[in-house]
Order: sequence, then C-alpha cells, then structure tokens
Amino acid sequence: MNISRRQMLVLLPAAAVAWKFVLAETPEQSPNYKMTEHWWGMLIDISKCIGCGNCVRACRTENDVPEGFYRTWVERYHVSDENMTEPEVISPAGGENGFPVAAEDSKKYFFVPKMCNHCADSPCTQVCPVGATFVAPDGVVLVDPKYCLGCAYCVQACPYGCRYIHPKKEVADKCTLCYHRITQGLTTACCEVCPTGARQLVDLKDPKDPIHEFLKTHAVQVLKPQMATGAKAFYNGLDGSVR
Amino acid sequence: MSGLKDAGHLFRFAGLFVLAFLIFLVVRHYIVPKSFGQYGHYRGAAMGEIAAHPAKFAGHDACETCHSDIADKKKTGKHAHVNCEACHGALYQHVAGPEQPKPGLYQRFLVMVGKAIPPDPAVLRHADDPSTVVPVKPDTATLCVRCHTASAAKPKGFPQVNPAEHSNGMPCETCHQPHNPAIDAGGAK
Repeated sequence: MNISRRQMLVLLPAAAVAWKFVLAETPEQSPNYKMTEHWWGMLIDISKCIGCGNCVRACRTENDVPEGFYRTWVERYHVSDENMTEPEVISPAGGENGFPVAAEDSKKYFFVPKMCNHCADSPCTQVCPVGATFVAPDGVVLVDPKYCLGCAYCVQACPYGCRYIHPKKEVADKCTLCYHRITQGLTTACCEVCPTGARQLVDLKDPKDPIHEFLKTHAVQVLKPQMATGAKAFYNGLDGSVR
Repeated sequence: MSGLKDAGHLFRFAGLFVLAFLIFLVVRHYIVPKSFGQYGHYRGAAMGEIAAHPAKFAGHDACETCHSDIADKKKTGKHAHVNCEACHGALYQHVAGPEQPKPGLYQRFLVMVGKAIPPDPAVLRHADDPSTVVPVKPDTATLCVRCHTASAAKPKGFPQVNPAEHSNGMPCETCHQPHNPAIDAGGAK
C-alpha cells in the first residue's frame, strides 16, 4: 500500500483522535461514594445457613457469571466425631440447586457458604505481574479486565479457590463484593436474597455497624488464619474441620 | 582533555541513548493510562468501570416504597427478614425501567466532537411504567420446599417438613400465606 504525504498528513491526526478515544476512561460512577470511608467485609453465620442456594443463583444473575463457574458457592460438610480432619464435603453445582436430603445419622452436618474473602494482604494481588488486580482503598479485591492478561497466576495463588478464568473474556474473574451495588448504597446480591440472614455485608470503618459488637461477643474465625491473608469474610460458628 | 580526543563516537552513542530514553518517556506518557498509579500499582479508573455494571436486584427498600401493603403484612410474620427478591427474583428493571442499549461507537464519536449531547442516564432508564417488566408469580410447590424440606444438615431450629407427607399434595398456599406464613395469620384463602 502506498500512502502519499498528503494522505499521511490526514491519517496521523485521525489516528491521534482515535487513540485519545481509546484512552478515554469511564468517570467515577457514584460521585457521593467515598472509597476512603469504607472497609468492606462479610459476616457469614454458619448456624443460620440452610443450603437453599439462593446466594449462588442471585450471584449468577447479578454478575452474569458464566455457567459452570462460581463467584460464591455452598459446601455441605459431614463430619464424624472420630475423624475430624477428613470431613466428607459435597457441593453439587456449587449448591445452586440446593442439596440432596440428608438423613439423620451419627455424624455432624452443616453448610458453609464460600466466596472471596477480600483479604487485606491478599496473595492473589501480590502475584499479578501487570497490576491488573488490586485491593481497592475500600478493601475490596478487584480485577481490571482491561489490564488482565489471563495468565492465571492469581487463580493459583488464591488459597480459597475463589478465582477462575472467564471462558469468554479470557481474563481472571471473581467476586467484586457487588462493587456496583455497594457503591450505590445497596447490599450485595447474595446478602439481599439470603432468607435467613446467614450473610451480612459489613463495613469495618463504619462505627455504627453492628459488626463491631458482634465480633466482640462471638467466637468468630476466618478461613486459613495461619496464612495471614487478612481475610475479611468472618465466619461465626465455624467448625474446626472446615478447610 | 587529550584523552577524549578520539571519544567522539562514544558521545554520539550516548546521545543516541539519551534520545531513545526521551522517546521512551514520551511514548510511555501517551500509552500508560492517566489513572495508573493514582491509588497504587493499578488503573484507578478500573473501579469506576467495575462500578458501572448494571444492577439486577433492586433491593427491598425499592420494593417497599410502592408495595407498602405487602411490607406491612410481612413485617409481623416469620418471613419479616426474607427480602422480596429472595422469592420473586431480580427486579431492578421493574423499578428502573428496561435497560436501554448502550450508545454505539458512532454516537459516542458525535458526543465527543460536540455534534450531539450525551444521553442523560435518568432518561435512558426511567420507571414511568413499571408494568413493562413484571415479576412472574412464584410457584409455591417448588419455591417453599427449596428452604423448608427437612434435612439433617439444616439448623435444628429451622422449620422443616417432609413435603410429600406434610400437605398431601396440596399447594402450600392453601394453608400458608407466603408473606405471613403462620396459619393463624389468616393463611387459608
């Protein structure tokens, strides 16, 4: 292809305008939301979960999670009193369609909803080679889909198995703690539809949030505390057998 | 200075390095997005873009603004803390109007060059007529059992029944009104 000097003179500014357009970024959506005034987390009450799967379905609807992948899921534990370290764990389709009926036996049964723990010292963000995943100033661990290369280092690094590579977008995908909702003053989709209140969105920077009193008065644990991830999914009544 | 007499080629080479570095700085300035590094080693604008995802669940506060009669009925019953969309499904579009197609590339170009005004988000989504998106009435035969089927894995205090034995095949709403399920709360229709 031959381009004359005249054509080049026309094309260059046009290309510059086009590039400017590519670089144009979406402005902040919620002008009243101040990131530095929040520190988000989640309270999960094991003693209230009935394994209905409402959270899993709502998450899929709200966030267009592709079929076969989960940003949140529910596990059912079946633990014998003699062997606590080897629980039987099932999670058929992530608990999306509920669970088979469990008959009473000598072992202990309970449900454990799982999701991104939105760690303050998160291993997944530390391994990202391109700065595509990060802990936002309000404590939410997010992925920038425009920067992500899909190398999946973070998928391997997450100790809780909360990330996956989106089959269509081919970038890392995960729970955003419904960032588009919490920045508008709404709660997350999973908390909104949980019929028993087993999940509650908490803001650790809000002095009026009942979470402070709750953490003070209950035996609350995070998953894999020995990994010092600074996990902010607080589990009430967590059994020692849960991994 | 006699030692530098034959070093001209080194200076020319160093000059090339400096030039290349300056070009690198200029190119970098244009390629790296403005908001990169605003809060840390990531693109600050990514948060705004993630927050722009359209919501699907409206939240019970939105429902109760109009459906206060149901909210009052629910308030005193066992289902007081079961939010509307837990059973009725995601209904943001019922509140905000159906989602409008995003402006295309050409439209955005027109806005950029000042030939068109940017669309007002409030005009793009309006709820003048909530009936454009209406919830489907849930089927109690599948809805109620999802939570209330007896299972040893559920918390002991949670009301559970064996659906086959419990209702003799009758739909749940024959006896229990879902918004306030106790039978003495006037459940039977």
